[in-house]
Amino acid sequence: MNNTANNSKRIPLWAQAYFLLTLAVLAFGFHKAMTAPTEATMGNLYRVFFYHFPHTILSFVFPYLNCAASFLYLFWRSRNPARARAADAFALASAELTVLYASVGLATGMLWGRAAWGIWWAWDARLTTYLLLWLLYVSYLLLRRFSGDDPGSSNTAVLSAALAVFAAIDIPICYMSIRWWRTQHPSPVFGGGADSGIDPVFFPAVLWNMAAWLLWGAFILGLRYALERRRQRAHSDLSLHTISTPQESL
Amino acid sequence: MQPWLPQRLYTRNVGFDSQTVADKNPAAVQLDRVSLLFGSFVALREVTLTLSAGASVVLLGENGAGKSTLLRLISGVASPSFGSISVLGDTPRNRRGRIALMGHASQLYDELTALENLAFFASLHNPAPAAVLRDRAEQALREVALDPANPRRVGEYSQGMKQRTALARVLLTEPSLLLLDEPFSNLDMASAQSMIARMQQWLAAAPNQAPRTLILTTHQAELARPLARTTITLNAGQLVSQEGA
Amino acid sequence: MIYLGHVLAHLRKDLRLEWRSKDFLNGMLFFTLLVLVVFAIAFDPTSYPAIARQISGGLLWVALLFASMTALNQSWSRELRNNVLDAHRLSPAPASAFFVGKAIANFLFVTFVEIVLSLVFVLFYNLHPLGDTWLLLLILPLGTWALVSNGTFFSALSLRTRNRELMLPIVLFPISIPALLAMILATTAVLTGDSSPALWIKVLITYDIVFTIASVLLFDTILNAD
Repeated sequence: MNNTANNSKRIPLWAQAYFLLTLAVLAFGFHKAMTAPTEATMGNLYRVFFYHFPHTILSFVFPYLNCAASFLYLFWRSRNPARARAADAFALASAELTVLYASVGLATGMLWGRAAWGIWWAWDARLTTYLLLWLLYVSYLLLRRFSGDDPGSSNTAVLSAALAVFAAIDIPICYMSIRWWRTQHPSPVFGGGADSGIDPVFFPAVLWNMAAWLLWGAFILGLRYALERRRQRAHSDLSLHTISTPQESL
Repeated sequence: MQPWLPQRLYTRNVGFDSQTVADKNPAAVQLDRVSLLFGSFVALREVTLTLSAGASVVLLGENGAGKSTLLRLISGVASPSFGSISVLGDTPRNRRGRIALMGHASQLYDELTALENLAFFASLHNPAPAAVLRDRAEQALREVALDPANPRRVGEYSQGMKQRTALARVLLTEPSLLLLDEPFSNLDMASAQSMIARMQQWLAAAPNQAPRTLILTTHQAELARPLARTTITLNAGQLVSQEGA
Repeated sequence: MIYLGHVLAHLRKDLRLEWRSKDFLNGMLFFTLLVLVVFAIAFDPTSYPAIARQISGGLLWVALLFASMTALNQSWSRELRNNVLDAHRLSPAPASAFFVGKAIANFLFVTFVEIVLSLVFVLFYNLHPLGDTWLLLLILPLGTWALVSNGTFFSALSLRTRNRELMLPIVLFPISIPALLAMILATTAVLTGDSSPALWIKVLITYDIVFTIASVLLFDTILNAD
């Protein structure tokens, strides 16, 4: 059924190797970020950008993984319940990753803004979009928490899958609307990046950190997914045990 | 204890394979090791049950034995945690409209009159011109000894009148499988007897019609005796006995 | 056309129910008036006549947003009373017709409150729009539909949650933000006459179409979620 062995507590070799690779790339990315040439206007403070950029880009990738997993859940729900459960676990994991990466993106964005402009927040296009993304997926997680008292019930999965579809449709609409909003009323553009163009001298640092945080994100995603699958299995086992244990008469 | 096969772990309401269904299964209801849990509370425990079409079943058991849960499961409003269920040859959800469930609550709108309630639900099940729906609703109300012209809203009805209206509503939807959860509670003897007579009348379908199956739960086993061709007893979520056809 | 028949049956039923009880129309009207008064105290229009026009679009829609929360929560609680929802779940009529009927009913109720609200608003804020006022006849329904259709869907979704009344705003607000932005900016554009609301009207139309389709397709799934 699953290749993560049912009663194996040992972490597979490939996972350990992958983890070490991720750490290595993270370390190298850090090195590159710290040794990149100092920027003219901001001095060393600009280096937060190397963390801001990958997190914000990736925080737009995870929602679509969540959306795909939700679709698969809805599709497999009556056809293949076992796979549907796996899809649901993946949807949960990717939603949590979205919130994580969006939080880091917001925090680093605010640090950048503080360093560059002296203010913690402005309702510019980028920050507002990240904030909305964050809000959408926090509401998803809250829905999961509040739906159904039974953590294993399909109620949670179905309702969250519906919300996930809506959220994924909403993201591009949000992005465009906020962009148009801010072109009508321009405000300081925070966090230079895609639009303002990155000086090629920074490319190695940007790319290495991008790779590093991508690997790290995939690692955490896989870890969270495996954790959720274990929880599902434990819950199922417990339920089956409860059923097969003869109950004392009331 | 038979060890669970891996695929059983996650089976939910899958119904039987197309193979079995294609065998022209005459069973109206078939449960195979169905369990339903609410958190850690086991409402139904490995219930295996087969009821053929045309059965008239009385379901007995103490409070909390799982009778209501079983009816909800068969109707499709609830889904099993484990095991598979087949109703009228398919999953309950695919048989929507052919199964009717009358529960503890009246399932009626308090602000509407009985006639308006029935006409509305009739339109959902068998759409027809308004006049036709009204006629059907009036007929259904008369058959349970209620006055169709009563202008009072259902919210103002006595409990007994609500129950009779609820019965009229489910009968109007022309189900093949009728599930009644304690239909006689709150009824006086005369009303209960006339309700039983109405149910017997309903069960006796015309030869060219699809067979009709009735399952009802009650605490008053004696009262329901005329309808009990089959008697099933539940205790603490488990099927304890099945007697009769 | 049977589908349309079902939609109309649901619509008629909801209108009749509300007419008989007048539950939330009364409550909603009064609540909205209260919200307006609070806003007037918070953002005094007479002391700052210049910005009154700038912010009235926003205030109007925020007041409506809160008012429609009450309407939406109410509309489904009626179906939970006496377990009527189970009767709907067991009927063969398409669940999406149920959704559309109820959404239209809610739309009519909220529009009614909105008309009253707008009149009171014009009064309290001494507004006279500087742009093409007739566009408001387009913007108001489009904006209201965006709120109401998503609201009806999500309040049905919240029925199965522990904290039903809190869940609705938590889930609805983030999804609705682009629509809110569009309706507020469009209304402000008309009131101030500064810019053209055309872009925002297009955004609203797109939003309405996309999310109505999504709601119709997904409603059956969430109604029958156990």
